[in-house]
Parts: sequence; C-alpha cells; structure tokens
Amino acid sequence: MRTGENSSDLAIDVVGLTKRFGSKTVVDDFSMQVPKGAIYGFLGPNGSGKTTTIRMICGLLTPDAGRGVVLGHDIATEAELIKRQVGYMTQKFSLYEDLSIEENLDFVARMYAVADRKRRVREALEQLGLTSRKSQLAGTLSGGWKQRLALAACLIHEPRLLLLDEPTAGVDPGARRDFWDHIHQLAHDGITVLVSTHYMDEAERCHALAYIAYGKLLAHGTIREVIDQANLATWAIEGESLMDIASELRAQPAVEMVAPFGNALHVSGTDRAALEHALQPLARREGVVTREVEPSLEDVFIHLMRGLGEAARPEAAKA
Amino acid sequence: MFALHRFLAVLMKEFVQMRRDRLTFAMMIGVPVMQLVLFGYAINMDPKGLPTAVVTAESSVFSRSLTRALENTGYFRVVATPASVREGERLIALGKVQFVMQVPEDFARRIQRGEPAVVLVEADATDPAATSNALAALQQLAATGLQHDLTGPLARAGTAAQPLEIRVHRRYNPEGITQYNIVPGLMGVVLTMTLVMMTSIAMTRERERGTMENLLATPVRPLEVMLGKIVPYILVGYVQVVVILVAAAFLFRVPMVGSLVLLSLVLVLFIATNLAIGFTFSTIAKSQMQAMQMTMFFFLPSMLLSGFMFPFRGMPGWAQVLGEALPLTHFLRIVRGILLKGSGIADVAPHLWPLAVILLLVSAAALKRYQRTLD
Repeated sequence: MRTGENSSDLAIDVVGLTKRFGSKTVVDDFSMQVPKGAIYGFLGPNGSGKTTTIRMICGLLTPDAGRGVVLGHDIATEAELIKRQVGYMTQKFSLYEDLSIEENLDFVARMYAVADRKRRVREALEQLGLTSRKSQLAGTLSGGWKQRLALAACLIHEPRLLLLDEPTAGVDPGARRDFWDHIHQLAHDGITVLVSTHYMDEAERCHALAYIAYGKLLAHGTIREVIDQANLATWAIEGESLMDIASELRAQPAVEMVAPFGNALHVSGTDRAALEHALQPLARREGVVTREVEPSLEDVFIHLMRGLGEAARPEAAKA
Repeated sequence: MFALHRFLAVLMKEFVQMRRDRLTFAMMIGVPVMQLVLFGYAINMDPKGLPTAVVTAESSVFSRSLTRALENTGYFRVVATPASVREGERLIALGKVQFVMQVPEDFARRIQRGEPAVVLVEADATDPAATSNALAALQQLAATGLQHDLTGPLARAGTAAQPLEIRVHRRYNPEGITQYNIVPGLMGVVLTMTLVMMTSIAMTRERERGTMENLLATPVRPLEVMLGKIVPYILVGYVQVVVILVAAAFLFRVPMVGSLVLLSLVLVLFIATNLAIGFTFSTIAKSQMQAMQMTMFFFLPSMLLSGFMFPFRGMPGWAQVLGEALPLTHFLRIVRGILLKGSGIADVAPHLWPLAVILLLVSAAALKRYQRTLD
C-alpha cells in the first residue's frame, strides 16, 4: 500500500472498506489508492464486488466498515459533495428510454444545476457525435450509442472523477476503441477515471490496475508490477494432441493451470524449477515444442483468482 | 400435439414463481378475506340508530313519549336536544345529525283536545338509501306512537282518524335522486383510484427500469423527487374534476349549491393526500405490479367503507373507525356538503383537518421510506 503518498494527490483513497449483504461479505477490508489524473483499471471476476465498491465510492451504498476520502471528501459524511463532482456510468443503462438523447442530457444537466445548461448540452452532443440523433428516443439506440449517451450524461457536469462500471460490455470493437480514445483524452485533461472491465486488452490500456476477487484486493499497480508480483512462470506448448497433453499435465502437482491459447497451451506455476522439471519429458516428445513465455495478464489473474478461490471457498460454504 | 411434459413444465414454473412473489400470494388470499369481511360484516343497507336531534318547545308526557317511541323504532338515536330550530338545522347542515324532529309548542294541548298535532321531521336526504327505511318507520310511528298515552279520558282522542301527523321534509335532495349523491362522490372515487395508481408506480418504475441508480447518483434530494413526481398529477386530478363536474351539471343535473372556488381549494388537499399515499406505496413496492396490487388493496376499502356505496352510519363501529382513516370518507362529506348543502368553509373545516393529518403522516412515511442509497 502506498501510504507514503500525499493524500491530496489521490482522487480516491479508501481503506478497509467492507460491505455485507445479509451474511454474505461482498467487499472485505478493501483498500485502494487512485492517483489524480490516472486511468485506473478495476478487474475481477463476476460477483467479486467491483460494482459494490464503486457504489460505496460514489455514495450509493453505505460501507459497513472502513473509511474513505474521494476528491478530498469523506464518503461517510460528504456523499452530497462527492456526487456533485463524480460522473458515474452504471453497468446497466440507467437513463430514460422514453426520453430523447437531448432530453436525457438536459434532465441530467438540470439535476446538477449546470451553469449555461443549453450550451453544455449542445457541447456534450457534439463531443460524442450525438448531435444528428439528438431527437431519437434513448430506448431505440443500439448498445454502442447508448454507451455514448451514458458517457455524455456523466460528463455533462464536468466531473473531476469518472466511475465507469463495465462501460464497454456488449459494445463492438470499433466503438470500444473510440470510447478508449475518449477516456485517454479525458485523463489528459486531468480527469481521474476508475473503470471496471473484463477485457484484458482494456486492462492494458490503463495506467494502473487493481484486481479484486471474492471481495478482496489481490493485486494492484502497473501491469508490469502486477505481472512481476505474481511470480508466475509460464510455458507455451505447441504440437499434436494438445488436449491429451493438457489432461496429462493437470495431474502434475507443479502445474497450477493449463489453458489453451489458440494453437498453444499455456502452462503456469509458481514454482519455476518444479514446473520446468515437470515439462522435461514433454520437451523430448516428438512434434512438441515447449518454450518459456512471459505470463499474460490473464494468466496472472486466473492464477490470483484460483489461489484465493481455494482459500475462500470453504469460508463461503460456511456462510 | 399436446404434450403432458411441456404442460407440466409450464404449470410447475407458475407455481414456483407464485411462491416467490409473496405479495401477489398474499393478495390472492387477502382480497377474498377482505371482501368477505367488508361485505359480510361492515356493510349494512338498513342503517339503524341514526343520529337525530329533537327540538321541543314544551316538555309534556306526550313529547317525551313520542321521543321514546322514535328511539324504539331502532332507526333513530337522539343525540342532541337543541334549544332552537335554527340550531337543529345547523346540526343537519354540518352532518352531525341525520334528522331533526320539531315538536311544536302546542303539541300537548292539541293532543289533549283531540286535534291533529303536526310534528315536522327534517331529514338529510343527500343519500336516499341511508334515510328511506327510517322515513318509512316514521309513518308507522305516526299511527301507533302515542297509543299508550291516549287512554282513559283521552281515548277519545286516540280514536280520531289520525291524532298525530308526521310531516317529513327531505332536505338537499327532496326527490331522492340517487345520482345527486353518487355523482359528487364519484369525483372522490375517481381521484382516489387514478391518482394513487399513477404515483404508486412513480418510484417502482424508476427501480424496475434501472433508472433509479442514475437518479440516486445525482445530488437530488427526496423531497425534490417527491414533489416533482406529485405536482404534475395534481393538474391531472383537476382535469378529471372538470370532466366530472361538467358531466354532473349537464348530464345528471346535479345541483351545485355551494362555492366551486371553495371546492377547488379543498381539492388540492385531497388530491395531494392521494398522491402522497401512492408515492408511499411506490417506496414500499418492489415492482410496478406490486404497486398496482397495493393500490387495489387500498381502493377496495375506500369504496366500501367511505360511505360512497353504502351508508357510513350503517356500518359497525370498527368499520367506521377504519373509514375515518380513509381520505375519501372525509372528502365525500366535503364534496356532498359543498355541492348539495351549500356548505361554507366553516362547515367543511371539521372534515379538512383529518385530511391534513393523513397527508402529513403519509408524507412523513414516504420520505422516511425513500432510500437515498441502494442499501
């Protein structure tokens, strides 16, 4: 944890956040520091507590424990002030489907008492290329356009922090690229962005990331740091009858995971020497090529998730 | 081809979903129980013990005997003995009594002389159903009411064709036209149903469509949301009122004795109360479907216990207490008072404050229930 950092350089500084729904602990002692102006990726499997964490940060949920400061305001007592400066894009489209694009933006602008509202709405329409469709009802838009509208709506009051909850789910690659260009432009202008995603390519577009599973923070830092911290060794295996080899390898204790990657198998483990030893008989087999590769972010994440998953599962079963 | 396994699959799924939706399940049991209780116990088409005032200028054995005989019919309960006729009329205008019986000064003298004596009974006939049986009982009373006293030397008087004449004066609705009572009441019924329903889906719709999260993420405050959602429907309510009043005037020729200005002022309170109730439902219901069900659950007793369909005074005590808690009950008294009796502000005031109290309580509940977070 980067406790040495000056708090005024942080857009988000939360410590020990915990949220329980009934007997289920959804977020468990979660801490995260997001520096101002960063694009911070927020990753983790489904149900890992990403949305819950984001909702606690913007005051939509009250934490059961922990404290936090967002843009210099306490999340427990100053949610009102935080809301004014945060743009939150919900995972599910949450604007009015029976209002037009322009009417939706105008409504949101009024909610935040945006100065010179008409001009801001016009600008937001232009910025996201929505002008030509401004009279179209939001409900009739396709996924990509809905996403643009949602982004425009959460930018209209010129927030200092953007919280984007899986903004690109169900959006085609072209629209996703446009979206990320936009996010980088915003970060360049000084806006901090916390974005949750399941896409590895999107994780790689972030300045830094945090990985959460079962409500616990498992890793954070730049991509390089996250990969290095995992201390994972990975071999790629190419050749014939890979599926047979995969089931063979899964029986080996040194092999933690085996995953097909196109025409290759990625085999990973934390004990590099033991893994190499386990793979030696394969390397001698005819038509099979093994070589050590850099573990991908996905390898690291799945490794992290499994490591914690096994530890956490009995606990979950008790609950 | 009809396949048993597919039919069973659908059937089983329906049962599972029915079990999950607790409120619907409760409604399916609750509505018949409620109907049974209301129709079976609360509703009485033959109201008895109606509050009556007796104005008597003398105190003779005859007038006391007449009063006793009046109560003995079961239909009348003497609750006041005002000193003057004017005071009695005031009680009837306020709706405190249903009947005022006036015993003339020379009542005893005329009876003793064997001259026909006339007793005037004024009836609040706004609701013909509530008074008709009681008025029929009066004619019986005229024939037999004084039999016990007319003995001995007075027996001669008793043999006269009809020693006692009871003259009935039906106030406000002399011809006993049911529409005069129903149509103004319908205004309250229509407003209750539509307004509660419209606001009851106000928040549930936000929740169901997922727009609630976005709304909560903005700095908007509960009172701003509540007022913003209620005010448009106040206008809708007024449009409905105009439609009903025009129909009442031109189709049903309902007399409009009182001030329409006063009526429209009172309407703000009634409309706002209904909207606040609907809004409260919408903060409790989890879906629009549930909100509709809650509206029906509220509407049913409003129809039955308010005095709209059945005479309020015919209901047992517990049902009257429940009825008093419903805004429609008070509004019916106000709207019938203004349109049929020409009530002024002072006359309707006793029915205004219960509405205000309901409005305050319900609004407080709504704001307390309104959640500013998704917890």
